[in-house]
Amino acid sequence: MSAPELGAVGVDLSADALRALLVAAIEGCSVTVVENESPSGQRSLVLDHEHAVEAAIFLRDNSELRLDFCSNVTGVDWPDREVTEKVKVKKMVEGLEGATEQEVEETRKTLAPGYLEAVYHLFSMEKKHGPVILRLRTRDRAEGNHLPSLTPVWRSAEFQEREAFDLFGIVFDGHPDLRRILMWDEFADYPMRKDYVSPAEDEPVLDDGCLPGAEPGAEQGAADA
Amino acid sequence: MEQELKDLKVELQKQGIFTTTLEELYNWGRKNSVWPLTFGLACCAIEMIATSMARYDIARFGAEVFRPSPRQADLMIVAGTVTKKMAPQVVRLYNQMPEPKYVIAMGACAISGGPFRDGYNVLKGIDRYVPVDVHIPGCPPRPEALLHAFMTLQKKIDAQQLRGEGRPRHLKADAPSEYPVPGYGAHNLEPMHNDDVFPPKPESPFKVLP
Amino acid sequence: MSRDLMMDATGNDERLAPTYGAGQHRLKAERESQILEVSIGPQHPSTHGVFRMDVKLDGERVVQLKPVFGYLHRNHEKIAENGSYLAAIPYTDRLDYLCSMTNNWGYTLAVETLAGITVPERAEYIRVIMAELTRFQNHAGLVGFLLQDMGASGTPLMYAFREREKILDLFEAVSGARMMCNYLRFGGVRVDCTPEWMKETRELVGVLPRFVDEFERLLRGNEILMARTQGVGVLPRELAVNAGVTGPMLRATGVNYDIRKVDRYGIYDRFKFRVPLGEHGDVYDRYMMRVLEMRESISILEQALKEIPEGPVQDPKTKLRGLRPKAGEAYGRIESPKGELGFYLISDGTMNPYRYRVRSPCLINLTILEDMCLGQSVADVVVTLGSVDIVMGEVDR
Repeated sequence: MSAPELGAVGVDLSADALRALLVAAIEGCSVTVVENESPSGQRSLVLDHEHAVEAAIFLRDNSELRLDFCSNVTGVDWPDREVTEKVKVKKMVEGLEGATEQEVEETRKTLAPGYLEAVYHLFSMEKKHGPVILRLRTRDRAEGNHLPSLTPVWRSAEFQEREAFDLFGIVFDGHPDLRRILMWDEFADYPMRKDYVSPAEDEPVLDDGCLPGAEPGAEQGAADA
Repeated sequence: MEQELKDLKVELQKQGIFTTTLEELYNWGRKNSVWPLTFGLACCAIEMIATSMARYDIARFGAEVFRPSPRQADLMIVAGTVTKKMAPQVVRLYNQMPEPKYVIAMGACAISGGPFRDGYNVLKGIDRYVPVDVHIPGCPPRPEALLHAFMTLQKKIDAQQLRGEGRPRHLKADAPSEYPVPGYGAHNLEPMHNDDVFPPKPESPFKVLP
Repeated sequence: MSRDLMMDATGNDERLAPTYGAGQHRLKAERESQILEVSIGPQHPSTHGVFRMDVKLDGERVVQLKPVFGYLHRNHEKIAENGSYLAAIPYTDRLDYLCSMTNNWGYTLAVETLAGITVPERAEYIRVIMAELTRFQNHAGLVGFLLQDMGASGTPLMYAFREREKILDLFEAVSGARMMCNYLRFGGVRVDCTPEWMKETRELVGVLPRFVDEFERLLRGNEILMARTQGVGVLPRELAVNAGVTGPMLRATGVNYDIRKVDRYGIYDRFKFRVPLGEHGDVYDRYMMRVLEMRESISILEQALKEIPEGPVQDPKTKLRGLRPKAGEAYGRIESPKGELGFYLISDGTMNPYRYRVRSPCLINLTILEDMCLGQSVADVVVTLGSVDIVMGEVDR
């Protein structure tokens, strides 16, 4: 993992280079680079829904890249969050000398809409390089939770996309067999989402730290007799 | 009176005459041929297998015959985390076992959910649905701990009376030997526990041995 | 058997069919092909835990196989996201509960990548020693279980567990636990190994080749083993790559991909070892991969035990409790005995990982279970599943 940007055969796998390649190869494809400030430096590419499958096939079949191995597929939940920013606004302020225009600092709260994200980690078994990280983002966390499935491109995504559907509620269009995988079919929630609350459990009431019948010396077992 | 009888038995044994009661003979036979079910859930199952191997050798207790079918087993060792998805199957297996049957809850998970207690899919102890005879703490318990639990169970079987109110469940005609299987709900198992066994009542026949 | 009955059994001559009894039923059953649905598991002695397969059978042949998971889904990822970075280490032990040391390593490697932590030299060597001991006992156990599935009831498994106990004793001496070692930390390992421990380990590594020899003598050329494994559960190479199969399963198809060689994580570039490769991708090749890898593990162990330097085992600058990596993400992966074990972490700058994901080799190696089993008999399904080497703790997490 020491040099994630450079492959073993010297192919430029940096996010910028891949972005340029994809934009040049696929017409109308929009790719944005997600920065990563941590020491790992693993940056990723966000693909648009329309061209995701095409871009994936390009990455898999391009003779230089040959990203034939899709290792890890997972969902990430980014709920709606309040963004507070301080903005300077000009306002009429009533002062001693009547109303004057002044710069006043105001805190504004805006709601950044949440979304669900599917992350794909690609490697190449042929060229022995990687990782290249792809991201797909849903429109929102409610009805717009659809993403194109990459299972037709990489079979390894089959169970992992099912898992993202089960635990995060991402619907992968084009998946051959999208069912719940870990929880039972009747289960209604998406437990890995950040706002999931597990159901209340009935806990026995403990008076003195012991279950009834288990207090020392209270009820002797038959073996004592 | 009882002490006199015991002394008499010892005296007779010194003379080479072996006396016993039906109860003793019955319990002696049962406690030395407890056949467990081949039933592993998680990590603890590996220690259960290790217990059955040469080094720890559970055959010394007459329990090396792991049966793959619940219809042939006397003992269910709940070895590992019981998830909510698995709980109905565990109860069903227990129901399929013939009486007299016993349950050992092996490991922290089977007792209470253990380290995974906070999980949304983890059952917080198998004693919510079936009565447990012996609990073994540990994560996972060592094979020695399983052997100790086994000896505890043997002691328990040895102390069972054939008659009277204290007689075990399989000798009571009206006592249930099957327990309701929970169903999958939209958010949780339904019902969340079986009122007959949980929480354990003082008059429950399943008591904690010292 | 009379001629009438023989004709009856093959069902060729209707004239001779008796008009009563079992023979008539037999004729009927053979004429109408009937699809039988069988649910194998979640409680079944051959499913290696609480795994379930919904199988459709045409006679003995498998026409469909759908694996069903989740019977051991104990919410590892959710629990880890609610705890600190350090608190997740004991939970990784319980992923693949036969290989706690390598699981620790996968996770610590991901955290080290995320937070830019360095590991002292001696700790790197100790990690290699622990990982290879783990690999050895995992493969020994797997071979034992696989042969048990084939009907070699008892003996190979007992041999394997005999050796496994010796290695578990070493783990217990150094970490305090037989199975759940909880031994590695980001930036090193928890405690140093004593000189006595090293001596014991050297002695054990000295006798391990004898065990592999004995094992091979027991089984090499065994006719039943050959018949049950060769040409069974064949996995084509292209499908294996596309389906993300890793570990000995992949190398049995002939693809040279060992993360110890590809990523050279830790200090694996310092050791000389070969990567065994198969040809046919059948159960026999997968079995042989394990046996050969055991030999390579012994070779790595010998080198590591010879070269291990003195020094600290933990990076003193690393904050174990209350580690707050910079916001960002990292993917770290190792070659666990079962395949590529990856951990994907997203940090938002707080004490808890924002997203914690385990890339489990067992789950992904099961993707192609149906492809391997179609057209085979039920008995071969059991053997094929055994050769995948799954542990449900890691499949369902």
